[in-house]
Amino acid sequence: MAKITYITSDDKIHEIDVQNGLTVMEGAVQNDIPGIDADCGGGMACATCHVYVKEEWLDKLPTKEDGEEDMLDMAFEPKKNSRLSCQLVVSDDLDGLTVDIPSKQG
Amino acid sequence: MNKTDALIIGAGPTGLFTAHQLKLIGLDCEIVDNLDKIGGQCIELYPDKPIYDIPAVPECTGEELTNNLINQIKPFDIKFHLSERVDEVKKEGDNWIVKTSNDTIFQTPNVIIAGGVGSFEPRKFFVKECEKFENQSIFYSIKDKKMFEGKTVSIFGGGDSALDWAVELSKNSKVNLIHRRDDFRGAQATVDKVKQLANEGKINLFTKFQMTGIKGENKLESIDIKSDDKEVKILKTDYVLGFFGLIMQLGPIANWGLNIDKKTIEVDTEKFETNQKGIYAVGDICSYPGKLKLILSGFHEGALAARACFKLARPNEKYRFEFTTSSKTIKNRLGVKGD
Repeated sequence: MAKITYITSDDKIHEIDVQNGLTVMEGAVQNDIPGIDADCGGGMACATCHVYVKEEWLDKLPTKEDGEEDMLDMAFEPKKNSRLSCQLVVSDDLDGLTVDIPSKQG
Repeated sequence: MNKTDALIIGAGPTGLFTAHQLKLIGLDCEIVDNLDKIGGQCIELYPDKPIYDIPAVPECTGEELTNNLINQIKPFDIKFHLSERVDEVKKEGDNWIVKTSNDTIFQTPNVIIAGGVGSFEPRKFFVKECEKFENQSIFYSIKDKKMFEGKTVSIFGGGDSALDWAVELSKNSKVNLIHRRDDFRGAQATVDKVKQLANEGKINLFTKFQMTGIKGENKLESIDIKSDDKEVKILKTDYVLGFFGLIMQLGPIANWGLNIDKKTIEVDTEKFETNQKGIYAVGDICSYPGKLKLILSGFHEGALAARACFKLARPNEKYRFEFTTSSKTIKNRLGVKGD
């Protein structure tokens, strides 16, 4: 279990306890947090679960697999700290992770 | 006006198999899809990715699945309307009148929405002011390349579309190619060609840059691009092209009076009918208790929706269930010789 903080583009803070093994995307979708569309359902095929990871977490997260950076090319306003939340699998190590959700997914 | 027993919206796997089921029971159908090709998400999002959970098919790619489904409906004469988006659905007597973005009009008692997560639309620039210039000097696809001759064109993107057009337009235009990182995801041969043209000064390459602003009153004058290191450049340009792939949008479906929750349409599990009589939803776009977003579920849903269509298309006939293994009528429809 890890506490994940989602900050939506209206600056609302959503603190959610997400079970280990789920992805950060699933944690948002299952708890009705707006702004993560996840159109393709977690297949790394659509870039609509794009989030910005707080800088201090960038190095602690699992590295990007082939293809994630390609998909991020298509995301809405990608930045250096952009990730696809469907690729972030929750574990105890992610306890305290904070992600900002962009104002749009596409 | 096109009259048909059932109109299918969406040419993905579910739409294709639903067409098969309709034709098998003797109903006509036509298919509309906003993409320029058949296959839906399978062909647009993961043509090369393997799928492992199609019953009786241990492994196939999105493209192979699509080709197999196309082969399966080959015996039938099914009309496809590609690159058309359904914009309007209106009730008229016992029929629905359906209008597309190309002004094709259908009259049908049955509309089956097999629309996945909506229609594929180009992803656009996130600089808001770009809307003002869209289809005048900012484009997300190219219809006539002649308009760019002798002009300055700024192309954004790192995939094959962006690279192919940069190479092509560099012959007769001044080309800026802008991409958010150093790596390109296009074919290696094209990437090499672009780099060669950049070395020869025929393409101005800006990597690790993104658009931050756009200037011009009635006519586009220049764009601002900013690098990861916060360096800002102003590029004078006549045209801007964006190639960021496609995104799925529910679009006009939201306005048809259907019960929609979280971008999916509520249906019953007997006919997969929506709250509107004669409008069905199947595949990823429908929702009901226990819904699984699997291709195999879409096949089941389409088969049942097709039977429901029979009642409205042939109100004076009784539907008889038959097996393909034994029915002469079905074998005739398939064009195979009976035993």
